Amino acid sequence: MSSATETAALELRREHEATEKTVFGFWVYLMTDCVLFASLFAVYAVIHGNTYGGPSGKDIFKLPYVLIETFALLASSFTCGLAMLSMQRHAKKQVLFWLGVTFLLGVSFLCLELNEFHHLVADGNSWRQSGFLSSYFTLVGTHGLHITFGLIWMAIMAGYVWKRGLTDTVRKRLMLLSLFWHFLDVIWIFIFTIVYLYGSLGL
Amino acid sequence: MMNLVGQCAFALLGKLGWNQIPRNPIEAGGAATIVCGVLFIVALVTYLHRWKWLWKEWMTTQDPKRIGVMYIVVALVMLLRGSGDAILMRLQQSISVGNNNGILSSSHFQQIASAHGTIMIFFVAMGLMFGIINLVLPLQIGARDVAFPFLNATSFWLFFMGMALVNVSLVLGDFSAAGWLSYPPLSELRYSPTVGVDYWIWALQIAGVGSLLSGVNFLVTILRMRAPGMTLMKMPMFAWSVLGSMSLVAFAFPILTVTLALLALDRTVGAHFFTAGGGGNAMMYVNLIWAWGHPEVYILVLPAFGIYSEIVSTYARKRLFGYTSMVWAIWAIVLLSFTVWLHHFFTMGAGANVNAFFGIMTAVIAVPTGVKIFNWIFTMHRGRISFRSPMLWFLGFVTTFTIGGVAGVMMSVPAIDFQVHNSLFLVAHFHMMIVGGVVFGYFAALTYWFPKIFGFRLHEKLGSIAFWFWLVGFLVAFIPLYILGFMGATRRLDHYDASLGWQPLFIVAGVGVVLIGIGVGFQILQLVVSIWQRNERRDLSGDPWNGRTLEWSVPSPAPFYNFTKQPVVTARDQFWEDKQSGKNRVKEYEDIVLPKNSGLSVVIASFAFLVGFGMVWHMYWLSLVSLLGIIVTLVVRSMNEEPEYTITAREVEKLEHQREHQLKEYEGLV
Repeated sequence: MSSATETAALELRREHEATEKTVFGFWVYLMTDCVLFASLFAVYAVIHGNTYGGPSGKDIFKLPYVLIETFALLASSFTCGLAMLSMQRHAKKQVLFWLGVTFLLGVSFLCLELNEFHHLVADGNSWRQSGFLSSYFTLVGTHGLHITFGLIWMAIMAGYVWKRGLTDTVRKRLMLLSLFWHFLDVIWIFIFTIVYLYGSLGL
Repeated sequence: MMNLVGQCAFALLGKLGWNQIPRNPIEAGGAATIVCGVLFIVALVTYLHRWKWLWKEWMTTQDPKRIGVMYIVVALVMLLRGSGDAILMRLQQSISVGNNNGILSSSHFQQIASAHGTIMIFFVAMGLMFGIINLVLPLQIGARDVAFPFLNATSFWLFFMGMALVNVSLVLGDFSAAGWLSYPPLSELRYSPTVGVDYWIWALQIAGVGSLLSGVNFLVTILRMRAPGMTLMKMPMFAWSVLGSMSLVAFAFPILTVTLALLALDRTVGAHFFTAGGGGNAMMYVNLIWAWGHPEVYILVLPAFGIYSEIVSTYARKRLFGYTSMVWAIWAIVLLSFTVWLHHFFTMGAGANVNAFFGIMTAVIAVPTGVKIFNWIFTMHRGRISFRSPMLWFLGFVTTFTIGGVAGVMMSVPAIDFQVHNSLFLVAHFHMMIVGGVVFGYFAALTYWFPKIFGFRLHEKLGSIAFWFWLVGFLVAFIPLYILGFMGATRRLDHYDASLGWQPLFIVAGVGVVLIGIGVGFQILQLVVSIWQRNERRDLSGDPWNGRTLEWSVPSPAPFYNFTKQPVVTARDQFWEDKQSGKNRVKEYEDIVLPKNSGLSVVIASFAFLVGFGMVWHMYWLSLVSLLGIIVTLVVRSMNEEPEYTITAREVEKLEHQREHQLKEYEGLV
């Protein structure tokens, strides 16, 4: 093998190892984020009964509304997956299209959530009301905050795809973004079940 | 009109005003010390024209060895501040009896006690730990760097800014007086209305995020960047202990992040997580903080265990006894450390069965620790031990750690714990574990690896004198506290009645602190003398202690690229095996890729500081702008696709020849 090919092969292996390392590191980060949410779930589990004369989950949760929210987020996870498939095929325009759809779905989810929060606060059921509402707003709000950062990240990545095309770095970062987005989807499933579903049943 | 000005001022400055500068002579003295210290450093650097050097060589560096040195410098400065707090407390408790109220007001004493604990754990022990890991770990596993160098630098600067926020509290406002873990409801706004607790929250939050990121970084470093051939079971024991410790960081620190955030929400936006009314649950805080806090103890001590393992086998010239059982012991400790947190509050009333479970688990965790102690002793058995100062620190550790450990097992029995809960007995116990276990280990590590980083050895004689003052002073300072605890003396006590008869023991404890102070004096002297005589103390071989692991296979000080060619590993104690088989390493060179320097870590951490400062003083605009600043900085960072540079094999060869030339020159001097 000539020295040039050898160097090129080495370079390629180094590149591959670096990507693999970053993805692994991001997984570890996601696990720490998972512990963070687990702690918030634990807090919610401990004090969701402390309504302190205020409303309980049964009084304020509107399941059909939350179901729409949920579908918006689940659909965004699906379209995010489609963006990744397009990325595998190096189809830049399709990646941009699906990222755009994902972004819009994410924004709709966030707007629905903020609207829900707004109504609760307007009705006098803010986080100052009781331990239950404090933990509810914090758990759901932390997820919302993650979604917000995910959306900012997505917008920036769309800019990179548009400007630089699907370079190795851009592809690596898109991979991380999609991991992040699916992770938030999983967390939401737990929020939907434990907070809204159990809450509506008065559990 | 005045009203409008007032409103504008509030919007801009929040709660901050001239009246927040301390006026009481002792507090003002503390403030003046901090301000003068910072001004002195600024003046010195300016006078020596070293700003550019400081920025280019240190502040923007991505070299873990330099980052490690910065961690250690910050930690040692904070050690002096924390010791100052300790001296004030010992002085107060020695004289504040009966009609004498001592030199400190009650509230100031509580602030000092809180600051002492916070600083010693977060900014001394953690700083020394991450410093030593940065210095040693990549070298030991045959890597050139950590997995994410930029993240590593950012972690350090977050740690630095957390430290800065604690010290700003001396000058503006006050510090928390609610203990080092700020239990609510005392730490809630209603009972602690000043900014003290907010300083505590945000300093720890910033430094804590830094630690969490470091944890992720080193986990990936160990699991993905070991030299070819170094299977997990061929890793040096220090690397194993760091792997255990960093796994704990990854699982425990998010809990701290949440706990601090919830307390901040209570205090800032009126939430009810831990408040006395409103449906809050203060006991939940105590559970949460210890679900982080107990693993934290093992986060600190596991790397120290690793250090002892390296030191014992090196100075006994034997391979470590029971390598496999050591590994299992580490992982047993990692798992069990998450099952014992409730022993910090047996008295809270969880009930007999719950207490029994946690009591038994606590006693059980002493087993793997005992396994390690015996393994070290068996390593020494029939070894040719050379009693250099790292070995002395180790032997001191075995003594104090065993005393403290036995006291710990005693307290794991809930019935006994009810008698000594929150007493000085407990204070004596955990100082024995954290000073005797952790700090002794880190001191040993600093002496042991010093030549690898700086290229010359520390003065041995002064080091052992320092050790003996430390050991004797430490026992004199803390054994009386066990007795006082039995006599009923509680912790954080700023005044007591003369008829209790406690004063003589408190004075003895004070004498102990003086002895420790002399020990610290000798350590400073050791450093100064060693630097003075550095040319005759050069380590020319790169292997001053006849070491066993890879870091000793490179010359001292280790070059910034660590290895000219990445080593290939076939055995545990690879370097020792190479020396035994008389294998002469042929110098080989290869192209090396290293990260470029970046100042953005400093920028991100400075913004984080401002976020914290804004939250403390309710200057929300500042926090918001700074948060945006962090995001923008990250985007700027992401624009640069080539943050690395390559040194060619030829350049490496040239650098190595220069070094050999330099070493020959030193040889003439020794």
